[in-house]
Amino acid sequence: MTTRSVSILDGHLRVGLAGFSLDIELAIAKGQVVALLGPNGAGKTTALRALAGLRPLSAGHIRLAGQTLDEPARNLFVPVEKRPVGVVFQDYLLFPHLSTLDNVAFGPRRRGTPKTQARQQAAAWLQRMGLADFAGRKPRQLSGGQAQRVALARALAVNPQLLLLDEPLAALDAKTRIDTRAELHRHLHDHDGATLIVTHDPLDAMMLADHLVVIEDGRIVQQGDAATITAQPRTDYIARLVGLNLFQGISTGTTVALPGGFALTTAQALTGHVFAAFPPAAVSLHTSRPDGSPRNTWQATITGIHRHGDNLRIQLDGPITAAADITPAAAAHLNLSPGQQIWAAVKATETRAYPA
Amino acid sequence: MSQPDTSSGAVPTPARPRRHARSRIPLALLLPAVIGLAFLVLPLAGLIIRTPWATLSQRLSEPGILTALGLSLQTATLATLLCMLFGVPLAWLLARTDFPGRRLVRALVTVPLVLPPVVGGVALLLVFGRRGLIGSWLYAAFGITLPFTTAGVVLAEAFVAMPFLVIAVEGALRGADARYEEAAATLGATRWATFTRVTLPLVAPGIAAGAVLCWARALGEFGATITFAGNFPGRTQTMPLAVYLALETDMQAAIVLSLILLAVSVTILAALRDKWIASP
Repeated sequence: MTTRSVSILDGHLRVGLAGFSLDIELAIAKGQVVALLGPNGAGKTTALRALAGLRPLSAGHIRLAGQTLDEPARNLFVPVEKRPVGVVFQDYLLFPHLSTLDNVAFGPRRRGTPKTQARQQAAAWLQRMGLADFAGRKPRQLSGGQAQRVALARALAVNPQLLLLDEPLAALDAKTRIDTRAELHRHLHDHDGATLIVTHDPLDAMMLADHLVVIEDGRIVQQGDAATITAQPRTDYIARLVGLNLFQGISTGTTVALPGGFALTTAQALTGHVFAAFPPAAVSLHTSRPDGSPRNTWQATITGIHRHGDNLRIQLDGPITAAADITPAAAAHLNLSPGQQIWAAVKATETRAYPA
Repeated sequence: MSQPDTSSGAVPTPARPRRHARSRIPLALLLPAVIGLAFLVLPLAGLIIRTPWATLSQRLSEPGILTALGLSLQTATLATLLCMLFGVPLAWLLARTDFPGRRLVRALVTVPLVLPPVVGGVALLLVFGRRGLIGSWLYAAFGITLPFTTAGVVLAEAFVAMPFLVIAVEGALRGADARYEEAAATLGATRWATFTRVTLPLVAPGIAAGAVLCWARALGEFGATITFAGNFPGRTQTMPLAVYLALETDMQAAIVLSLILLAVSVTILAALRDKWIASP
């Protein structure tokens, strides 16, 4: 997958459920952080549970550091408690009856470390997480951000070859989230095993991971680094996540013919099936047909107006469905309202095409 | 922004003038409730009213009473321990595993609840009696006799009281979040370690509640005990048996015994309730 080093995790996860099947291939190198990104119901949690051993595969295989953890065809299955895998659960699941220290020492103890030594290791982990003063507290006395760090310390304390995080920041409020994300980033990059983050939040995925794997309906739809995925989305889901208008068509030179008959002029000359994308901020709106520099223009109907940051996002229907971001001043000047007919324009230089 | 088309919520309404939170309690509910309460409390009140307070201290010092009380507390506690030893794993099996016939097993567990205790005692005799299915073997192989012994009392009480414990603990296990057990497994805990280190502490309040119910039921056990263990003072005569016996000869003694049984069980239950049942 990458040129960094040989993959420590090699997985082909196939799980069949009633009305849903998961079939993804996953490889993670030592020290690499991969994010599994997808909408709810895409199969992210199923994949995580299969890797942890909480759900057996129907077919395929999971190999970690040379050891086969699950391979139905060869009737191999290593149970959860024997896998060198650490899990940070979405709502942390810190044991409510144990102190913070004993929560972190739980893993080492169960894996045979003597009590004193396990507690020393746990104390060292808490120290690293900046939680040395909270060792004696019960989980219910911790804030969300602190509980998240204790859960991370607990998972890392067993020295896992593979660290799994299920929506690690979803339970936090917006402010805590930013601080915790930065800190999590630091700890994940200190971890020398493989790391997989399951999330539906593109920002978490892009900030925390080196490599993104996007899944929809149990299949991988795109993977790559954050820059590639944000610049060249390949599905509507990713396009929406990264905020781009995305179209698929057939390119001849710099003209992309879209299925509805509309043609977009793009900056790149390509031939064959392509994606064409432009950001909503590149769309300008006019009351009459604009002319001038080479651009794409079309007559559109406004179907919705929403706040989007400091701007307004205008949903447009017409020969193509697109979103436009304009300033409130411009909107007031144009006197926009839903149902209104308007001219939309995008410069060809702002329209990128890339092979499908 | 368009107005929500529901009439509630969005439009601020002026605070209503404060008055009684709700209108009167309907008589149709209040009257049966009061009668029900009286029905439960009056017999206890009658017991206290008719107690021969003047001669109470003298009667309390009679040796038979303390013997019966001691035996009752001892056998009820032993029966509860026996129920916990076997009932908690049984509850775990019912709550956490899936095996064919689990519904049937759960139904069987509740049978002693609906079985008349005397019938339970007869059934115990047929199995553990000296000529019973297991009893004959126990006697032949080890010389152990259960019926008409103190051990028989414990057995009879445990038989009748165990469903209370199993049902309470199974409910607690089902209410506990099983994902904590998954978390323990990912940290390397075997199923046994998960059970002792995570599951048990999490459901401890439920087990305590079940044990208290179980103990109270065992303390009051009469029918199965008198059938299976008989009524021998000092050996199998527990307080309920002593009360029944006294009723035939000395009404005053029966009242005193009943009062003691009532006082002891209420005191112990109240003490345990404060210590164990109160939520953390």
